[in-house]
Amino acid sequence: MAEMDTSSGGGHKKGPGVKKSKKLSTRVDLTPMVDLGFLLITFFIFTTTMSQPTAMKLFLPKDTDKPEEQNKVKASGALTIMLGKKDGVFYYEGELLPDGSNFKYTNFKDIRTEIINKKKATNPEDFVVVIKPGPEATYKNTVDMLDEMTINDVKRYAMVDIFPTELDLMAATEKNAGVQ
Amino acid sequence: MPKVKLPRKSTSVDMTAMCDVAFLLLSFFILTTKFKPADELAVVTPKSVSTKAVDAKNVVQVTMDKEGKVFFSLGDESESEKQDIIDMIDQSKTLGLSAQEKASFARTGSYVGVPFTMLKSFLQLTPDQLKKYKAPGIPIDTANNELVIWMNAATRAFANKKMSLLVKGDNNAKYPSFKGVIDAFKKNEIFKFSMITDPEGVPEGTALATKRESGAKEE
Repeated sequence: MAEMDTSSGGGHKKGPGVKKSKKLSTRVDLTPMVDLGFLLITFFIFTTTMSQPTAMKLFLPKDTDKPEEQNKVKASGALTIMLGKKDGVFYYEGELLPDGSNFKYTNFKDIRTEIINKKKATNPEDFVVVIKPGPEATYKNTVDMLDEMTINDVKRYAMVDIFPTELDLMAATEKNAGVQ
Repeated sequence: MPKVKLPRKSTSVDMTAMCDVAFLLLSFFILTTKFKPADELAVVTPKSVSTKAVDAKNVVQVTMDKEGKVFFSLGDESESEKQDIIDMIDQSKTLGLSAQEKASFARTGSYVGVPFTMLKSFLQLTPDQLKKYKAPGIPIDTANNELVIWMNAATRAFANKKMSLLVKGDNNAKYPSFKGVIDAFKKNEIFKFSMITDPEGVPEGTALATKRESGAKEE
């Protein structure tokens, strides 16, 4: 134990004929202070290294109107995901049917199972995810969805504008679901 | 029982030296932590599972706060580029900026969050006034996307260097602001950029988790 000996022996020995010594030990145990010191050190080491934020790369496709340059996407292999308000997620597989029957509504947790299922069911060459954030979608929703692409190892994905028909469908579903 | 008792030696170790070393190391680390200059804009970035560190050289940063206002800033070490950019903007928009206003743009930690019409008065603000100033943000609507011009100036200033373009958005910024930023990039033929995020653990059992465990290279 650490000691700072300032007394003259501490007075533990009982000599013959001596009354009970009332000298109190002045030894200070410094172990807790050393513990604290190292705790603070580890704290500072970690905060210096951890204060660097990480970056997420995003590649955008060229905006061309030439059809031959646009990547050919097989409609059946596409999963379109739309981001609505209050963290709502809408999706449909392949092409949007005229009666909107394949337009589904879910949340961020369940979309992952959907992506995994669609990925398993589709030829990797044809599988593509199209992300269409709506006007009420937050930046967090967009980044989370892009993150889902990395988490589920989706090789091809694109972020495009939402169509007016989809926007209407989204608004209608939100109203039915009672989202403000 | 042995008759001879082994002489007992003290087993207590003097910890004073250890204490000294601990505090020396502590002072070293306290002094070497560089505190970031207090972010003039409060931005809470979203989390992502990306593990790539932010490239800190030749940084051009576009920030979106929670109301969707867009701000443009550069890394502190890019002083000459800042000077070039403000000269280009001054010339193309004939704002008539004085040398002092240009210097105010070129100083460390500066950012732009106003339309060109307000730029001159914005650059005249002192750092204290700047803290209290509520900037309207650079306009990014489709009709008038001024970020295009700022990005144009930045690309020209960093013409022969690799520019590290970062987007720092708040969680609550709405998609239209982000779209405005992306459009500004596309108009300048910029298709690659990074988004600053907080680190997040990879969910278990997903494709990415298995990929990382197997040590495959991530692009």
